Amino acid sequence: MAIEVLKPGLATTVQDAGREGYYHLGIPLSGALDQYSFRAANLLVGNDENAAVLECTLLGPELAFQQEAIVAVAGADLQPKLNGAPMPAHESFPVKKGDVLSFAFLKAGARAYLAVAGGIDVPVVLGSRSTYGLGAFGGFTGRGLKPGDLLPVGKPGPGARGGRSLAAALRPVLRREVELRVMPGLYYHRITEQSARDFFEDVWSVAPEADRIGYRYRHGRPLRWKERKQPFGAGSDPSNIVDAGYPFGSIQVPGGLEPIVLHRDAVSGGGYAMIGTVISADMDVIAQMQPNNKARFVSVDMEQALQARADYRARTDALRAALSS
Amino acid sequence: MSLGPARYSFGGDEHIFVELSEEMSLEAFFKGMAITNAVKRLAIPGVTEICPANASYQIRFKPEVVKPADLMRMLQALEAVMGDSELELETRIIEVPVLYGDPWTTETLMRFRERHQDPKSTDIQYAARVNHYASVDEFVKAHSGSPWFVSMVGFVAGLPFLFQMVERERQIEVPKYLRPRTDTPKLTIGHGGCFSCVYSVRGAGGYQMFGITPAPIFDPAQRVPYLKDFMVFFRPGDIVKFKPIDRAQYDRDVAAAEAGTFDLRIRPVRFSLRRFLVNPTAYNHGLEEVLHGN
Repeated sequence: MAIEVLKPGLATTVQDAGREGYYHLGIPLSGALDQYSFRAANLLVGNDENAAVLECTLLGPELAFQQEAIVAVAGADLQPKLNGAPMPAHESFPVKKGDVLSFAFLKAGARAYLAVAGGIDVPVVLGSRSTYGLGAFGGFTGRGLKPGDLLPVGKPGPGARGGRSLAAALRPVLRREVELRVMPGLYYHRITEQSARDFFEDVWSVAPEADRIGYRYRHGRPLRWKERKQPFGAGSDPSNIVDAGYPFGSIQVPGGLEPIVLHRDAVSGGGYAMIGTVISADMDVIAQMQPNNKARFVSVDMEQALQARADYRARTDALRAALSS
Repeated sequence: MSLGPARYSFGGDEHIFVELSEEMSLEAFFKGMAITNAVKRLAIPGVTEICPANASYQIRFKPEVVKPADLMRMLQALEAVMGDSELELETRIIEVPVLYGDPWTTETLMRFRERHQDPKSTDIQYAARVNHYASVDEFVKAHSGSPWFVSMVGFVAGLPFLFQMVERERQIEVPKYLRPRTDTPKLTIGHGGCFSCVYSVRGAGGYQMFGITPAPIFDPAQRVPYLKDFMVFFRPGDIVKFKPIDRAQYDRDVAAAEAGTFDLRIRPVRFSLRRFLVNPTAYNHGLEEVLHGN
């Protein structure tokens, strides 16, 4: 018994909380890009909050259930439909054997999380069920979903039931214009003071090249680099460094032109100078940005970043408390 | 041998990034290995990733468990106490067969000529010329004639960055493509700046392409014997010696790799940076003997 994929959607993958401990070998964190919404979807169906779900990007899949199940959708405003009839998001509901779950067109945000009670039961690889597409492992046979795939579902927990709803105040906030808080650092000293000011003043738009690896931004002023003789081994472009590790959330600017924020399927290192890092609390916000959505980068220090992190954790705790019964 | 003090920076609220040197050197790499190995041994609660790189390293941590400023002070203290004793490394030397100037990378590079500095040459012809070698054959001799250090693993799963173990004036240096390619064959031997690499998966890339190896180095299915323990083969600190092979040998090796029977020549070796730096050529001869002795 399983869920059959009729239409895969644009980029639907199996994801969970992600895998840790292998970044030094080039294996990224992977996992749901919007961790808050992912947890919300799981808690709505009575799952362990780290169970594997489907991450649906921009265009949802069409799925035929070969068994009854409890499901919930959280995250982007991508309304679920059951046999063509609209169903509520951020609320669990039952599906019967033979039902077809599909999605309306996206209204806001970029990624919706479909949780099924019992979780998507693909094999655990290196501690996680998350798909790592570049490495072709994890998730459903190491790739995004295709028509005809049969997704195994685990055994629902005792808390699986329909009608569990998430209060409006705890639903994700989806905006077309956002502020992304950044801690300047890493190779920030390599850009001119004028460029540093420009970077934080300009309004940046999400480019079409925005995916699980990284989000590219454009329409800001090009960044200029301080003059120097390039160090041995770094490469000739002033935006080049001796290849180094890239932190999750770090911002690189190849050629000084279009900043790229690395996300959970990040390339783990390379030769482009990073000028700072988006704070952990704002990575979920990036996950919900569509192409052409606008962002301004806001400079913060460690103290502010840790406060934002504490606020984020408090909100996740509130989510757990609200959905624990 | 003095590198000067390292530069410390926070990468957001979850990372500390440490640049040991702006420029690449074996000394910087060894210092990074020594410090990251010490961090591993200390098993500091809250540290989730320890990533050595060429001339830098980064640590990922949970700030709820270890305060960022405390962790940074700990790393600075480690740097201060690192002595010369750490300049020795128990490692392994591996022979990697390469079909230089192979048809697949040649076909690929022809598709991306407009992104190249010298559209009229192949990548290896260009690299031979800018490094002042009389011919491609001479260049291949240089590329395969001395060992290389795996100084970083990453970019994508299991991709080794390789640093040539010769005096700096002899090191091969080639600019990266003007604009990165959107395609690189799996197991391409690439080179950019002073680093060679082996592309572990097919995909985008900006390094010049010199050839291809039949040896799988990353395989989630773990089919060949040396990948049975883990899907990624290379570790920072591995030593690699390239061996030119012909097409017939390449085809035999690929068939063996597909059958799961292909194996690599791998020998354990103790590497001393100090002794290497005294006379790299002589030291490399010794490494060669380890590789081919019994």
